[in-house]
Amino acid sequence: MKFLIGMHINPAVLDALTDEEKAAIGDGHGRFIEALKESGEMITTQALVDPSQAAVVSVRDGRPVVTDGPFLEAKEYLGGFYLIDCENKERAIELAARIPDAAIKGWGVEVRQVMFADGQLEA
Amino acid sequence: MTALPFEDLLRELTPQVLGTLVRRHGQFEGCEDAVQEAVLAATVQWPAEGVPDNPRGWLTTVASRRLIDQMRSDHARRERESATATEVVPEDVPDTDDTLVLLFLCCHPTLTAASQTALTLRAVGGLTTAEIARAFLVPEATMAARISRAKQRIKAAGSSFSLPEGAEREERLRVVLHVLYLIFNEGYTASSGSALHRPDLAREAIRLTRMVHAQLPEDGEVTGLLALMLLTHARRDARTTAAGDLVPLDEQDRTTWDRELIDEGTELVKASLAGPALGPYQLQAAIAATHADAATAEETDWRQVHALYLILERIAPNPMVTLNRVIALAETEGPRAGLALLSTLDGDERIAGHHRLLSVRAHLLERTGDTAGAYEHYRRAAKATAGLAEQRYLESRATRVRSLRGSDAPTIAP
Repeated sequence: MKFLIGMHINPAVLDALTDEEKAAIGDGHGRFIEALKESGEMITTQALVDPSQAAVVSVRDGRPVVTDGPFLEAKEYLGGFYLIDCENKERAIELAARIPDAAIKGWGVEVRQVMFADGQLEA
Repeated sequence: MTALPFEDLLRELTPQVLGTLVRRHGQFEGCEDAVQEAVLAATVQWPAEGVPDNPRGWLTTVASRRLIDQMRSDHARRERESATATEVVPEDVPDTDDTLVLLFLCCHPTLTAASQTALTLRAVGGLTTAEIARAFLVPEATMAARISRAKQRIKAAGSSFSLPEGAEREERLRVVLHVLYLIFNEGYTASSGSALHRPDLAREAIRLTRMVHAQLPEDGEVTGLLALMLLTHARRDARTTAAGDLVPLDEQDRTTWDRELIDEGTELVKASLAGPALGPYQLQAAIAATHADAATAEETDWRQVHALYLILERIAPNPMVTLNRVIALAETEGPRAGLALLSTLDGDERIAGHHRLLSVRAHLLERTGDTAGAYEHYRRAAKATAGLAEQRYLESRATRVRSLRGSDAPTIAP
């Protein structure tokens, strides 16, 4: 079963972290990535730039209108994700709990099953 | 996947050659890699040079050389003096079929179901890692890691290359059948992406189950599983429209069902039901055969279907079986009787909120004339499913009952 584990980050909380705390999060992700690769459950992981760099695109009267993002006025933004292939939802939840973000107050780690997939996975 | 003329032969020989190697050298892990390399060499050389006179001997020789090379380089790396491996002379091995032993090994209980299926497809099915990765829509590196991890686990468990005895053998055979069933289902329900270039897992599962059946013709559950697969596969063309929409059993064009598969499956069911004990696969196959026996949906012998589900519920209690019995009961006793039985499942957390339960309730409510309730449950079922085709089907049912609301929709009394 494929799941997307989305990491919802509050930039204000991120800014308040010490360098040591940030480094620990990075190390935690590194170990998590290695473990996922070794177990054969990793499909891909991607991290996204700061929400302030987002562009919101809409088409009005057939013309694209581009405004500076983010789209949602929220405290938390999607900071990145893991796309995994594992046994069942319980396993996906078990894995999500190992992501360092899950231990940080104000951040959210969300597990959702994939319903449709297509395209090149080797990139 | 383009089928090459020798592909079937190659896939059939894979487990035999692997069995021979493991018998000679032990170490399943290294042998499996060596056989995979020999198979890849064959796919390159055979089209150019023709299939050798003794293809099994050719594969055994090539795989043995790879294995010995591997063992030697391992030895060199460890700076040991002498190699224990001796040059292997190709020979025609007596016809002991190791397929079953290999299957039992690949379905080792310490492995997850995902690893068991992947390893079975590679070591017994003869599929390449790339093909298996495509079949499950994961990157090749992911599948390679999974297979290599599975082999390490088997090695760590210290399994011997022999069939387990007594109760353990029975238990392990159940795991093997479950893995074959999972492979079949994966091929049957795959809803993601385009089907192009993906190996046909349903056909592969049938092929492997046929191999097990040839080894254990007396086992009722093996026969039952093969029959169940054949009877289900017989409906493959009828179950979706050209656009990929699901067609429920009662609306399928039964003239497109594959008669040959149905006849074969039905014969197998009959043979297996004559055996001493009944198992879940035999009963499910018997139910599938009952459906296959009806020329139209109206002619379905629902009493028999219900009776079979009752037995199945007794020998293998499971809320999904009860849910299926609800459908059969609603056909014989009416939708209200079905809804009453369905309500007994409400407290069961294994199935609460499951899209199948919601959609069955929606169907039954629709039949009692409760279009508002039906609409609500179709919508909830559509949200709960992870299958795209199923979601489209449930949404269309929801739209259909909504269009009945407000109009003078006839109330169908039970």
